[in-house]
Amino acid sequence: MDWTALWLSLRLAGWTVVFLLPVSVLMGRFLAYRQFRSKGLVEALVMLPLVLPPTVFGFYLLVAFGRNSPLGDLWQGLFGSQLVFSFQGLVLASIIFNLPFAIQPAQRGFQAVPAEVREAAACCGMSPWRSLWKVELPLAWPGVVTAMVLTFAHTLGEFGIVLMVGGSIPGETKTIAISIYDRVQGFDDRGAAIMSAVLVAISLFTIAVTFWLSSRVGRRLS
Amino acid sequence: MALEVMARAAGPIPLDAAFRVEPGELLALVGHSGSGKTTLLRTIAGLWRPEVGRVRVNGHIWLDSAAGVNLPPHRRRVGLVFQNYALFPHMTALQNVMAAMDAPDRAEAARILDLVNLHDLSDRKPAQLSGGQQQRVAVARALARRPQALLLDEPFSAVDRATREKLYAEIIALRAHLAMPVVLVTHDVNEAQMLADRMVVIEKGRVVRAGTTAEVMAAPEALRAMGIREVAAMLPATVAAHLPDGLSRLDAATGPLFLPAVEGAVGTRVRVRIMAQDVILSRARPEGLSAQNILRGRITRILPGTGPGVMVHVAVGDHEILARITRRAADQLALQPGDTVHAILKSLSVARDHVARAREWAPDAPDAPPAAG
Repeated sequence: MDWTALWLSLRLAGWTVVFLLPVSVLMGRFLAYRQFRSKGLVEALVMLPLVLPPTVFGFYLLVAFGRNSPLGDLWQGLFGSQLVFSFQGLVLASIIFNLPFAIQPAQRGFQAVPAEVREAAACCGMSPWRSLWKVELPLAWPGVVTAMVLTFAHTLGEFGIVLMVGGSIPGETKTIAISIYDRVQGFDDRGAAIMSAVLVAISLFTIAVTFWLSSRVGRRLS
Repeated sequence: MALEVMARAAGPIPLDAAFRVEPGELLALVGHSGSGKTTLLRTIAGLWRPEVGRVRVNGHIWLDSAAGVNLPPHRRRVGLVFQNYALFPHMTALQNVMAAMDAPDRAEAARILDLVNLHDLSDRKPAQLSGGQQQRVAVARALARRPQALLLDEPFSAVDRATREKLYAEIIALRAHLAMPVVLVTHDVNEAQMLADRMVVIEKGRVVRAGTTAEVMAAPEALRAMGIREVAAMLPATVAAHLPDGLSRLDAATGPLFLPAVEGAVGTRVRVRIMAQDVILSRARPEGLSAQNILRGRITRILPGTGPGVMVHVAVGDHEILARITRRAADQLALQPGDTVHAILKSLSVARDHVARAREWAPDAPDAPPAAG
Protein backbone atom coordinates (compact mmCIF):
# COMPACT_ATOMS: atom_id res chain seq x y z
CA MET A 1 0.00 0.00 0.00
CA ASP A 2 1.42 3.31 -1.13
CA TRP A 3 0.31 5.64 1.67
CA THR A 4 2.24 8.57 0.23
CA ALA A 5 0.31 8.30 -3.03
CA LEU A 6 -3.04 7.96 -1.25
CA TRP A 7 -2.31 10.97 0.94
CA LEU A 8 -1.21 12.95 -2.13
CA SER A 9 -4.43 12.01 -3.93
CA LEU A 10 -6.53 13.02 -0.94
CA ARG A 11 -4.71 16.36 -0.69
CA LEU A 12 -5.15 16.94 -4.41
CA ALA A 13 -8.87 16.13 -4.23
CA GLY A 14 -9.28 18.29 -1.13
CA TRP A 15 -7.66 21.34 -2.66
CA THR A 16 -9.62 20.86 -5.86
CA VAL A 17 -12.86 20.86 -3.86
CA VAL A 18 -11.79 23.96 -1.91
CA PHE A 19 -11.14 25.90 -5.10
CA LEU A 20 -14.12 24.59 -7.03
CA LEU A 21 -16.75 25.11 -4.32
CA PRO A 22 -17.22 28.85 -5.00
CA VAL A 23 -16.95 28.22 -8.75
CA SER A 24 -19.60 25.53 -8.46
CA VAL A 25 -22.04 27.78 -6.58
CA LEU A 26 -21.52 30.92 -8.64
CA MET A 27 -21.26 29.36 -12.10
CA GLY A 28 -24.01 26.83 -11.36
CA ARG A 29 -26.32 29.58 -10.23
CA PHE A 30 -25.35 31.85 -13.10
CA LEU A 31 -26.00 29.18 -15.73
CA ALA A 32 -29.23 28.11 -14.02
CA TYR A 33 -30.85 31.54 -13.90
CA ARG A 34 -29.36 33.73 -16.57
CA GLN A 35 -30.35 33.64 -20.20
CA PHE A 36 -27.80 35.02 -22.65
CA ARG A 37 -26.89 34.49 -26.24
CA SER A 38 -23.73 32.44 -25.85
CA LYS A 39 -25.09 30.33 -23.01
CA GLY A 40 -25.06 27.17 -25.13
CA LEU A 41 -21.42 27.77 -26.00
CA VAL A 42 -20.43 28.30 -22.36
CA GLU A 43 -22.27 25.15 -21.31
CA ALA A 44 -20.56 23.20 -24.08
CA LEU A 45 -17.14 24.48 -23.00
CA VAL A 46 -17.84 23.48 -19.42
CA MET A 47 -18.75 19.97 -20.61
CA LEU A 48 -15.73 19.63 -22.92
CA PRO A 49 -13.40 17.91 -20.39
CA LEU A 50 -15.99 15.18 -20.12
CA VAL A 51 -15.72 14.14 -23.75
CA LEU A 52 -12.09 14.92 -24.61
CA PRO A 53 -9.70 11.97 -24.36
CA PRO A 54 -7.66 12.53 -21.17
CA THR A 55 -4.37 12.32 -23.02
CA VAL A 56 -5.48 14.97 -25.49
CA PHE A 57 -6.70 17.20 -22.73
CA GLY A 58 -3.55 16.52 -20.73
CA PHE A 59 -1.41 17.36 -23.72
CA TYR A 60 -3.03 20.78 -24.14
CA LEU A 61 -2.70 21.49 -20.43
CA LEU A 62 0.94 20.48 -20.61
CA VAL A 63 1.49 22.92 -23.46
CA ALA A 64 -0.47 25.65 -21.66
CA PHE A 65 1.45 25.17 -18.38
CA GLY A 66 4.85 24.65 -20.03
CA ARG A 67 7.92 26.77 -19.50
CA ASN A 68 7.46 28.67 -22.75
CA SER A 69 3.78 29.37 -22.29
CA PRO A 70 2.50 32.71 -20.92
CA LEU A 71 0.93 30.92 -17.95
CA GLY A 72 4.10 28.95 -17.25
CA ASP A 73 6.19 32.12 -17.48
CA LEU A 74 3.85 34.01 -15.18
CA TRP A 75 3.94 31.21 -12.61
CA GLN A 76 7.74 31.00 -12.82
CA GLY A 77 7.95 34.77 -12.31
CA LEU A 78 5.56 34.79 -9.36
CA PHE A 79 6.65 31.68 -7.46
CA GLY A 80 10.04 30.85 -8.88
CA SER A 81 9.07 27.28 -9.71
CA GLN A 82 7.70 25.57 -12.73
CA LEU A 83 4.05 24.69 -13.05
CA VAL A 84 4.32 21.41 -14.90
CA PHE A 85 5.35 18.33 -12.92
CA SER A 86 4.45 20.10 -9.66
CA PHE A 87 1.68 19.60 -7.14
CA GLN A 88 0.42 23.13 -7.81
CA GLY A 89 0.23 22.43 -11.53
CA LEU A 90 -1.68 19.26 -10.75
CA VAL A 91 -4.21 21.17 -8.63
CA LEU A 92 -4.70 23.68 -11.44
CA ALA A 93 -5.19 20.91 -14.00
CA SER A 94 -7.55 19.14 -11.62
CA ILE A 95 -9.63 22.29 -11.22
CA ILE A 96 -10.01 22.56 -14.98
CA PHE A 97 -10.81 18.95 -15.76
CA ASN A 98 -13.34 18.82 -12.91
CA LEU A 99 -15.35 21.81 -14.14
CA PRO A 100 -18.18 19.68 -15.59
CA PHE A 101 -18.49 17.68 -12.36
CA ALA A 102 -18.43 20.81 -10.22
CA ILE A 103 -20.85 22.92 -12.24
CA GLN A 104 -23.46 20.64 -13.78
CA PRO A 105 -25.00 19.14 -10.62
CA ALA A 106 -24.98 22.54 -8.92
CA GLN A 107 -26.67 24.06 -11.96
CA ARG A 108 -29.38 21.41 -11.77
CA GLY A 109 -29.74 22.05 -8.06
CA PHE A 110 -30.31 25.76 -8.63
CA GLN A 111 -32.62 25.10 -11.56
CA ALA A 112 -34.86 23.10 -9.24
CA VAL A 113 -35.56 26.22 -7.17
CA PRO A 114 -38.78 27.63 -8.66
CA ALA A 115 -38.45 31.09 -10.20
CA GLU A 116 -41.42 32.23 -8.13
CA VAL A 117 -39.69 31.28 -4.91
CA ARG A 118 -36.66 33.37 -5.87
CA GLU A 119 -38.96 36.25 -6.83
CA ALA A 120 -40.70 35.87 -3.49
CA ALA A 121 -37.33 36.17 -1.77
CA ALA A 122 -36.70 39.44 -3.60
CA CYS A 123 -40.17 40.70 -2.73
CA CYS A 124 -39.45 39.83 0.90
CA GLY A 125 -36.66 42.39 0.74
CA MET A 126 -33.76 39.96 0.35
CA SER A 127 -30.79 41.16 -1.69
CA PRO A 128 -29.45 38.63 -4.23
CA TRP A 129 -26.72 37.56 -1.78
CA ARG A 130 -29.15 37.16 1.06
CA SER A 131 -31.52 35.25 -1.19
CA LEU A 132 -28.63 32.92 -2.16
CA TRP A 133 -27.81 32.29 1.48
CA LYS A 134 -31.30 32.11 2.99
CA VAL A 135 -33.38 30.58 0.20
CA GLU A 136 -31.45 29.25 -2.78
CA LEU A 137 -28.59 27.38 -1.07
CA PRO A 138 -30.87 25.78 1.54
CA LEU A 139 -32.88 24.38 -1.38
CA ALA A 140 -30.07 23.70 -3.85
CA TRP A 141 -27.32 22.48 -1.52
CA PRO A 142 -27.75 18.79 -2.30
CA GLY A 143 -26.82 19.67 -5.89
CA VAL A 144 -23.76 21.55 -4.72
CA VAL A 145 -22.71 18.75 -2.38
CA THR A 146 -23.21 16.22 -5.16
CA ALA A 147 -20.94 18.35 -7.33
CA MET A 148 -18.24 18.39 -4.67
CA VAL A 149 -18.51 14.67 -3.98
CA LEU A 150 -18.21 13.88 -7.68
CA THR A 151 -15.26 16.25 -8.00
CA PHE A 152 -13.51 14.62 -5.08
CA ALA A 153 -14.05 11.11 -6.38
CA HIS A 154 -13.14 11.95 -9.92
CA THR A 155 -9.90 13.59 -8.82
CA LEU A 156 -8.90 10.44 -6.95
CA GLY A 157 -9.40 8.36 -10.06
CA GLU A 158 -8.08 10.57 -12.83
CA PHE A 159 -5.11 8.97 -14.57
CA GLY A 160 -4.36 10.25 -18.08
CA ILE A 161 -4.34 13.96 -17.44
CA VAL A 162 -2.41 13.59 -14.18
CA LEU A 163 0.22 11.52 -15.87
CA MET A 164 0.58 14.02 -18.74
CA VAL A 165 0.74 17.14 -16.58
CA GLY A 166 2.35 15.79 -13.43
CA GLY A 167 4.48 12.91 -14.49
CA SER A 168 4.97 10.45 -11.67
CA ILE A 169 7.12 12.10 -9.01
CA PRO A 170 6.60 10.37 -5.66
CA GLY A 171 5.24 12.73 -3.02
CA GLU A 172 4.78 15.49 -5.59
CA THR A 173 2.63 14.22 -8.43
CA LYS A 174 2.36 10.47 -8.05
CA THR A 175 -1.30 9.88 -7.21
CA ILE A 176 -2.84 6.62 -6.09
CA ALA A 177 -4.17 5.89 -9.57
CA ILE A 178 -0.67 6.15 -11.01
CA SER A 179 0.73 4.16 -8.15
CA ILE A 180 -1.67 1.33 -8.95
CA TYR A 181 -0.52 1.40 -12.54
CA ASP A 182 3.11 1.23 -11.36
CA ARG A 183 2.39 -1.77 -9.14
CA VAL A 184 0.80 -3.62 -12.00
CA GLN A 185 3.77 -2.83 -14.20
CA GLY A 186 6.03 -4.13 -11.43
CA PHE A 187 4.00 -7.39 -11.07
CA ASP A 188 2.90 -6.39 -7.55
CA ASP A 189 -0.66 -7.63 -8.05
CA ARG A 190 -1.40 -7.75 -4.34
CA GLY A 191 -0.46 -4.09 -3.81
CA ALA A 192 -2.50 -3.08 -6.83
CA ALA A 193 -5.46 -5.09 -5.58
CA ILE A 194 -5.43 -3.48 -2.11
CA MET A 195 -5.19 0.02 -3.48
CA SER A 196 -7.87 -0.68 -6.07
CA ALA A 197 -10.15 -2.00 -3.38
CA VAL A 198 -9.65 1.22 -1.39
CA LEU A 199 -10.62 3.26 -4.44
CA VAL A 200 -13.67 1.05 -5.04
CA ALA A 201 -14.78 1.59 -1.45
CA ILE A 202 -14.39 5.34 -1.76
CA SER A 203 -16.27 5.38 -5.07
CA LEU A 204 -19.14 3.28 -3.72
CA PHE A 205 -19.46 5.55 -0.74
CA THR A 206 -19.45 8.56 -3.04
CA ILE A 207 -22.18 7.21 -5.26
CA ALA A 208 -24.31 6.27 -2.26
CA VAL A 209 -24.02 9.78 -0.86
CA THR A 210 -24.84 11.29 -4.24
CA PHE A 211 -27.96 9.20 -4.73
CA TRP A 212 -29.15 9.86 -1.22
CA LEU A 213 -28.71 13.61 -1.72
CA SER A 214 -30.44 13.73 -5.07
CA SER A 215 -33.45 11.95 -3.58
CA ARG A 216 -33.51 14.66 -0.93
CA VAL A 217 -33.64 17.40 -3.54
CA GLY A 218 -36.77 15.85 -4.98
CA ARG A 219 -38.45 15.55 -1.60
CA ARG A 220 -37.67 19.06 -0.43
CA LEU A 221 -39.19 20.68 -3.45
CA SER A 222 -42.27 18.53 -3.87
CA MET B 1 -49.89 58.42 -0.53
CA ALA B 2 -51.48 56.62 -3.42
CA LEU B 3 -49.98 54.09 -5.80
CA GLU B 4 -49.62 55.38 -9.33
CA VAL B 5 -48.75 53.05 -12.16
CA MET B 6 -48.05 53.64 -15.81
CA ALA B 7 -46.55 51.09 -18.16
CA ARG B 8 -46.02 50.84 -21.88
CA ALA B 9 -44.36 47.97 -23.69
CA ALA B 10 -44.42 46.47 -27.16
CA GLY B 11 -44.08 42.87 -26.08
CA PRO B 12 -44.18 40.03 -25.25
CA ILE B 13 -47.56 41.25 -24.00
CA PRO B 14 -48.36 44.65 -25.49
CA LEU B 15 -49.06 47.06 -22.69
CA ASP B 16 -50.33 50.60 -22.50
CA ALA B 17 -52.03 51.18 -19.20
CA ALA B 18 -52.13 53.56 -16.29
CA PHE B 19 -54.09 53.53 -13.07
CA ARG B 20 -54.06 54.83 -9.54
CA VAL B 21 -54.94 53.18 -6.24
CA GLU B 22 -55.70 55.16 -3.11
CA PRO B 23 -54.41 54.14 0.30
CA GLY B 24 -56.68 51.57 1.89
CA GLU B 25 -58.44 51.01 -1.38
CA LEU B 26 -58.68 47.60 -3.02
CA LEU B 27 -58.46 47.81 -6.77
CA ALA B 28 -59.15 44.78 -8.92
CA LEU B 29 -57.35 44.40 -12.22
CA VAL B 30 -59.76 42.26 -14.19
CA GLY B 31 -59.09 40.62 -17.51
CA HIS B 32 -58.73 37.36 -19.34
CA SER B 33 -55.48 35.43 -19.21
CA GLY B 34 -52.95 37.07 -21.47
CA SER B 35 -54.54 40.49 -21.03
CA GLY B 36 -51.44 41.81 -19.28
CA LYS B 37 -52.87 42.21 -15.81
CA THR B 38 -50.25 40.06 -14.13
CA THR B 39 -47.53 41.84 -16.08
CA LEU B 40 -48.80 45.10 -14.63
CA LEU B 41 -48.56 43.62 -11.15
CA ARG B 42 -45.02 42.42 -11.83
CA THR B 43 -44.15 45.90 -13.04
CA ILE B 44 -45.19 47.31 -9.68
CA ALA B 45 -43.12 44.69 -7.84
CA GLY B 46 -40.09 45.29 -10.04
CA LEU B 47 -40.06 41.73 -11.37
CA TRP B 48 -40.61 43.02 -14.88
CA ARG B 49 -39.53 46.23 -16.54
CA PRO B 50 -41.65 47.83 -19.24
CA GLU B 51 -39.97 49.88 -21.95
CA VAL B 52 -41.65 52.99 -20.64
CA GLY B 53 -43.00 53.06 -17.16
CA ARG B 54 -43.54 54.88 -13.94
CA VAL B 55 -44.43 53.48 -10.53
CA ARG B 56 -44.77 55.83 -7.62
CA VAL B 57 -45.90 54.91 -4.13
CA ASN B 58 -46.27 57.16 -1.17
CA GLY B 59 -43.98 59.71 -2.80
CA HIS B 60 -41.26 57.11 -3.43
CA ILE B 61 -40.35 56.56 -7.04
CA TRP B 62 -39.83 52.86 -7.71
CA LEU B 63 -39.67 53.10 -11.46
CA ASP B 64 -39.28 56.05 -13.75
CA SER B 65 -37.91 55.07 -17.13
CA ALA B 66 -37.62 58.70 -18.16
CA ALA B 67 -35.38 59.50 -15.20
CA GLY B 68 -33.56 56.16 -15.38
CA VAL B 69 -34.83 55.04 -11.98
CA ASN B 70 -35.58 51.37 -11.51
CA LEU B 71 -35.34 49.97 -8.01
CA PRO B 72 -34.81 46.21 -7.78
CA PRO B 73 -37.65 44.28 -6.11
CA HIS B 74 -35.86 43.92 -2.78
CA ARG B 75 -35.56 47.68 -2.50
CA ARG B 76 -39.26 48.26 -3.11
CA ARG B 77 -41.42 47.92 -0.04
CA VAL B 78 -43.92 45.64 -1.70
CA GLY B 79 -45.94 42.68 -0.47
CA LEU B 80 -46.75 40.20 -3.20
CA VAL B 81 -48.97 37.16 -2.78
CA PHE B 82 -48.15 34.81 -5.65
CA GLN B 83 -50.72 32.72 -7.44
CA ASN B 84 -49.13 29.53 -6.12
CA TYR B 85 -47.98 31.31 -2.97
CA ALA B 86 -44.26 30.63 -3.57
CA LEU B 87 -43.63 29.92 0.09
CA PHE B 88 -40.11 28.99 1.13
CA PRO B 89 -40.47 25.19 1.34
CA HIS B 90 -37.63 24.71 3.84
CA MET B 91 -39.05 27.14 6.38
CA THR B 92 -41.95 26.80 8.78
CA ALA B 93 -44.93 29.14 8.48
CA LEU B 94 -43.46 31.32 11.20
CA GLN B 95 -40.03 31.40 9.54
CA ASN B 96 -41.63 32.29 6.22
CA VAL B 97 -43.23 35.29 7.86
CA MET B 98 -40.04 36.24 9.69
CA ALA B 99 -38.07 36.03 6.44
CA ALA B 100 -39.91 39.09 5.17
CA MET B 101 -39.13 41.23 8.21
CA ASP B 102 -36.34 43.78 8.32
CA ALA B 103 -35.65 42.80 11.91
CA PRO B 104 -37.04 39.29 12.39
CA ASP B 105 -39.23 39.30 15.47
CA ARG B 106 -40.87 36.08 16.62
CA ALA B 107 -43.64 37.71 18.59
CA GLU B 108 -44.54 40.08 15.79
CA ALA B 109 -44.56 37.22 13.24
CA ALA B 110 -46.84 35.21 15.52
CA ARG B 111 -49.14 38.22 15.82
CA ILE B 112 -49.40 38.52 12.03
CA LEU B 113 -50.13 34.79 11.73
CA ASP B 114 -52.86 35.36 14.30
CA LEU B 115 -54.31 38.01 12.06
CA VAL B 116 -54.78 35.43 9.30
CA ASN B 117 -56.09 32.82 11.77
CA LEU B 118 -53.08 30.57 11.51
CA HIS B 119 -51.47 30.76 14.88
CA ASP B 120 -51.62 27.06 15.82
CA LEU B 121 -49.94 26.01 12.59
CA SER B 122 -46.94 28.30 12.82
CA ASP B 123 -44.48 25.39 13.17
CA ARG B 124 -45.66 23.56 10.07
CA LYS B 125 -43.82 23.64 6.80
CA PRO B 126 -45.70 24.58 3.63
CA ALA B 127 -45.95 20.95 2.47
CA GLN B 128 -47.89 20.16 5.65
CA LEU B 129 -50.44 22.91 5.04
CA SER B 130 -53.58 22.89 2.92
CA GLY B 131 -53.92 25.27 -0.02
CA GLY B 132 -56.01 27.70 1.96
CA GLN B 133 -53.55 27.64 4.85
CA GLN B 134 -50.64 28.23 2.48
CA GLN B 135 -52.47 31.21 1.06
CA ARG B 136 -52.86 32.63 4.57
CA VAL B 137 -49.13 32.22 5.19
CA ALA B 138 -48.44 33.98 1.91
CA VAL B 139 -50.67 36.88 2.93
CA ALA B 140 -49.02 37.02 6.36
CA ARG B 141 -45.58 37.03 4.77
CA ALA B 142 -46.56 39.84 2.42
CA LEU B 143 -47.86 41.88 5.37
CA ALA B 144 -44.71 41.20 7.40
CA ARG B 145 -42.80 43.18 4.82
CA ARG B 146 -44.78 46.23 5.98
CA PRO B 147 -45.55 46.95 2.35
CA GLN B 148 -46.41 50.31 0.91
CA ALA B 149 -48.41 48.43 -1.69
CA LEU B 150 -49.99 45.00 -1.29
CA LEU B 151 -50.29 42.98 -4.48
CA LEU B 152 -52.44 39.87 -4.82
CA ASP B 153 -51.92 37.80 -7.97
CA GLU B 154 -54.93 35.49 -8.46
CA PRO B 155 -54.59 34.49 -4.80
CA PHE B 156 -57.77 32.42 -4.73
CA SER B 157 -57.38 30.48 -7.95
CA ALA B 158 -55.55 27.49 -6.47
CA VAL B 159 -58.08 26.58 -3.77
CA ASP B 160 -61.44 24.85 -3.91
CA ARG B 161 -64.68 26.77 -3.86
CA ALA B 162 -65.52 26.24 -0.18
CA THR B 163 -62.08 27.42 0.91
CA ARG B 164 -62.33 30.37 -1.42
CA GLU B 165 -65.53 31.57 0.26
CA LYS B 166 -63.77 31.44 3.63
CA LEU B 167 -60.74 33.28 2.30
CA TYR B 168 -62.92 36.00 0.80
CA ALA B 169 -64.45 36.58 4.21
CA GLU B 170 -61.00 36.69 5.78
CA ILE B 171 -59.65 39.18 3.27
CA ILE B 172 -62.68 41.37 3.82
CA ALA B 173 -62.13 41.19 7.59
CA LEU B 174 -58.40 41.78 7.20
CA ARG B 175 -58.96 44.99 5.31
CA ALA B 176 -59.74 46.77 8.54
CA HIS B 177 -56.00 46.47 9.20
CA LEU B 178 -54.77 47.55 5.80
CA ALA B 179 -53.90 51.18 5.26
CA MET B 180 -51.94 50.75 2.03
CA PRO B 181 -53.18 50.51 -1.55
CA VAL B 182 -54.11 46.94 -2.46
CA VAL B 183 -54.14 45.57 -6.02
CA LEU B 184 -55.92 42.31 -6.76
CA VAL B 185 -55.34 40.63 -10.10
CA THR B 186 -58.13 38.29 -11.08
CA HIS B 187 -59.94 36.86 -14.07
CA ASP B 188 -62.96 36.21 -11.88
CA VAL B 189 -65.44 39.05 -12.10
CA ASN B 190 -67.36 37.70 -9.12
CA GLU B 191 -64.23 37.89 -7.02
CA ALA B 192 -63.51 41.43 -8.17
CA GLN B 193 -67.05 42.54 -7.48
CA MET B 194 -67.17 40.90 -4.07
CA LEU B 195 -63.84 42.22 -2.85
CA ALA B 196 -62.89 45.37 -4.70
CA ASP B 197 -63.80 49.00 -4.24
CA ARG B 198 -62.90 49.79 -7.79
CA MET B 199 -62.17 47.78 -10.90
CA VAL B 200 -59.89 48.31 -13.85
CA VAL B 201 -60.82 46.14 -16.80
CA ILE B 202 -57.80 45.23 -18.91
CA GLU B 203 -57.94 43.92 -22.45
CA LYS B 204 -54.88 43.42 -24.65
CA GLY B 205 -52.79 45.46 -22.25
CA ARG B 206 -55.09 48.46 -22.30
CA VAL B 207 -57.47 49.86 -19.74
CA VAL B 208 -60.92 49.32 -21.17
CA ARG B 209 -62.75 50.86 -18.27
CA ALA B 210 -61.94 51.94 -14.73
CA GLY B 211 -64.36 52.86 -12.02
CA THR B 212 -66.45 51.58 -9.15
CA THR B 213 -67.81 48.11 -9.70
CA ALA B 214 -71.25 49.59 -10.36
CA GLU B 215 -69.84 51.94 -12.99
CA VAL B 216 -67.90 49.20 -14.69
CA MET B 217 -70.95 46.94 -14.76
CA ALA B 218 -72.86 49.67 -16.58
CA ALA B 219 -70.19 50.20 -19.22
CA PRO B 220 -70.79 48.26 -22.43
CA GLU B 221 -67.11 48.25 -23.42
CA ALA B 222 -66.20 46.69 -20.07
CA LEU B 223 -68.90 44.08 -20.41
CA ARG B 224 -67.53 43.10 -23.77
CA ALA B 225 -64.08 42.57 -22.30
CA MET B 226 -65.32 40.67 -19.25
CA GLY B 227 -68.00 38.65 -20.93
CA ILE B 228 -71.66 39.61 -20.82
CA ARG B 229 -72.51 36.62 -18.64
CA GLU B 230 -70.51 38.14 -15.81
CA VAL B 231 -72.69 41.21 -15.49
CA ALA B 232 -74.20 41.50 -12.05
CA ALA B 233 -75.34 44.01 -9.49
CA MET B 234 -74.41 44.13 -5.84
CA LEU B 235 -77.24 44.49 -3.37
CA PRO B 236 -76.54 45.23 0.30
CA ALA B 237 -78.65 43.27 2.76
CA THR B 238 -78.78 42.13 6.38
CA VAL B 239 -79.19 38.55 7.54
CA ALA B 240 -82.65 38.51 9.17
CA ALA B 241 -83.27 34.85 9.90
CA HIS B 242 -82.05 31.35 9.17
CA LEU B 243 -85.13 29.36 8.31
CA PRO B 244 -85.63 25.68 9.10
CA ASP B 245 -86.07 24.80 5.42
CA GLY B 246 -82.45 25.66 4.65
CA LEU B 247 -83.05 29.16 3.34
CA SER B 248 -81.98 32.40 4.91
CA ARG B 249 -84.10 35.51 4.92
CA LEU B 250 -82.19 38.66 4.14
CA ASP B 251 -83.61 42.11 4.57
CA ALA B 252 -82.75 44.47 1.79
CA ALA B 253 -83.97 47.93 0.92
CA THR B 254 -85.91 46.14 -1.76
CA GLY B 255 -87.80 43.89 0.63
CA PRO B 256 -86.99 40.41 1.86
CA LEU B 257 -84.72 38.12 -0.12
CA PHE B 258 -84.77 34.36 0.35
CA LEU B 259 -81.45 32.72 -0.40
CA PRO B 260 -79.86 29.32 0.29
CA ALA B 261 -78.34 29.28 3.81
CA VAL B 262 -76.09 32.29 4.12
CA GLU B 263 -73.16 32.21 6.52
CA GLY B 264 -73.16 34.69 9.36
CA ALA B 265 -75.25 35.40 12.41
CA VAL B 266 -78.53 37.27 12.30
CA GLY B 267 -77.74 40.94 11.90
CA THR B 268 -74.65 40.38 9.74
CA ARG B 269 -74.42 42.84 6.89
CA VAL B 270 -73.76 41.20 3.56
CA ARG B 271 -73.62 42.03 -0.10
CA VAL B 272 -75.44 39.84 -2.56
CA ARG B 273 -74.32 39.54 -6.14
CA ILE B 274 -77.28 39.24 -8.47
CA MET B 275 -76.39 38.09 -11.95
CA ALA B 276 -78.14 40.05 -14.67
CA GLN B 277 -78.90 36.92 -16.65
CA ASP B 278 -80.73 35.36 -13.69
CA VAL B 279 -83.22 38.19 -13.39
CA ILE B 280 -86.66 38.06 -15.04
CA LEU B 281 -88.75 41.22 -15.50
CA SER B 282 -92.51 41.47 -15.27
CA ARG B 283 -94.78 44.48 -15.64
CA ALA B 284 -97.46 43.18 -13.28
CA ARG B 285 -96.67 41.71 -9.91
CA PRO B 286 -96.71 38.01 -10.72
CA GLU B 287 -98.91 35.64 -8.74
CA GLY B 288 -98.55 31.89 -8.35
CA LEU B 289 -94.88 31.86 -9.20
CA SER B 290 -92.34 29.54 -7.60
CA ALA B 291 -89.66 32.22 -7.49
CA GLN B 292 -89.24 33.55 -3.96
CA ASN B 293 -87.82 36.96 -4.65
CA ILE B 294 -89.86 39.65 -6.32
CA LEU B 295 -88.39 43.13 -6.19
CA ARG B 296 -90.40 46.13 -7.29
CA GLY B 297 -88.45 48.91 -8.97
CA ARG B 298 -88.28 51.56 -11.64
CA ILE B 299 -86.38 51.32 -14.91
CA THR B 300 -83.62 53.91 -15.08
CA ARG B 301 -82.16 53.01 -18.43
CA ILE B 302 -82.05 50.38 -21.10
CA LEU B 303 -78.72 49.75 -22.80
CA PRO B 304 -78.65 47.86 -26.06
CA GLY B 305 -76.00 45.19 -26.42
CA THR B 306 -74.28 44.00 -29.56
CA GLY B 307 -76.27 40.77 -29.65
CA PRO B 308 -79.95 40.06 -29.24
CA GLY B 309 -79.98 41.20 -25.62
CA VAL B 310 -80.45 44.46 -23.77
CA MET B 311 -79.37 45.43 -20.27
CA VAL B 312 -82.15 46.90 -18.19
CA HIS B 313 -81.15 48.94 -15.12
CA VAL B 314 -83.81 48.83 -12.44
CA ALA B 315 -83.61 51.13 -9.43
CA VAL B 316 -84.82 49.27 -6.35
CA GLY B 317 -84.66 51.49 -3.30
CA ASP B 318 -81.28 53.19 -3.34
CA HIS B 319 -79.75 50.47 -5.44
CA GLU B 320 -79.74 49.33 -8.97
CA ILE B 321 -80.09 45.80 -10.14
CA LEU B 322 -79.40 44.69 -13.69
CA ALA B 323 -81.51 42.43 -15.84
CA ARG B 324 -80.28 41.01 -19.08
CA ILE B 325 -83.25 40.19 -21.27
CA THR B 326 -83.76 39.84 -25.01
CA ARG B 327 -84.54 42.87 -27.11
CA ARG B 328 -87.63 41.02 -28.25
CA ALA B 329 -88.90 40.72 -24.68
CA ALA B 330 -88.18 44.37 -24.00
CA ASP B 331 -90.16 45.32 -27.10
CA GLN B 332 -93.07 43.05 -26.25
CA LEU B 333 -93.37 44.58 -22.80
CA ALA B 334 -92.75 48.04 -24.32
CA LEU B 335 -90.29 48.76 -21.52
CA GLN B 336 -89.27 52.40 -21.19
CA PRO B 337 -87.14 54.26 -18.65
CA GLY B 338 -89.41 55.40 -15.82
CA ASP B 339 -91.67 52.36 -16.00
CA THR B 340 -92.35 50.34 -12.89
CA VAL B 341 -91.37 46.68 -13.18
CA HIS B 342 -90.97 43.65 -10.95
CA ALA B 343 -87.64 41.91 -10.99
CA ILE B 344 -87.91 38.20 -10.25
CA LEU B 345 -85.03 36.21 -8.91
CA LYS B 346 -84.89 32.51 -8.25
CA SER B 347 -83.44 31.79 -4.77
CA LEU B 348 -81.19 29.00 -5.90
CA SER B 349 -79.72 31.05 -8.70
CA VAL B 350 -77.64 32.99 -6.17
CA ALA B 351 -74.50 30.93 -5.69
CA ARG B 352 -73.09 30.61 -2.21
CA ASP B 353 -69.95 32.49 -3.10
CA HIS B 354 -72.03 35.35 -4.42
CA VAL B 355 -72.85 36.43 -0.90
CA ALA B 356 -70.09 38.16 1.03
CA ARG B 357 -69.92 39.84 4.34
CA ALA B 358 -69.98 43.60 3.98
CA ARG B 359 -66.72 45.26 4.81
CA GLU B 360 -66.49 47.32 7.93
CA TRP B 361 -63.60 49.41 6.93
CA ALA B 362 -62.44 52.63 8.44
CA PRO B 363 -59.50 54.14 6.58
CA ASP B 364 -58.05 55.46 9.82
CA ALA B 365 -58.73 52.42 11.95
CA PRO B 366 -56.86 52.75 15.25
CA ASP B 367 -55.16 49.38 14.94
CA ALA B 368 -53.91 49.91 11.45
CA PRO B 369 -50.65 47.89 11.65
CA PRO B 370 -49.02 45.63 10.49
CA ALA B 371 -49.42 47.42 7.26
CA ALA B 372 -49.13 51.04 8.21
CA GLY B 373 -45.35 51.20 7.66
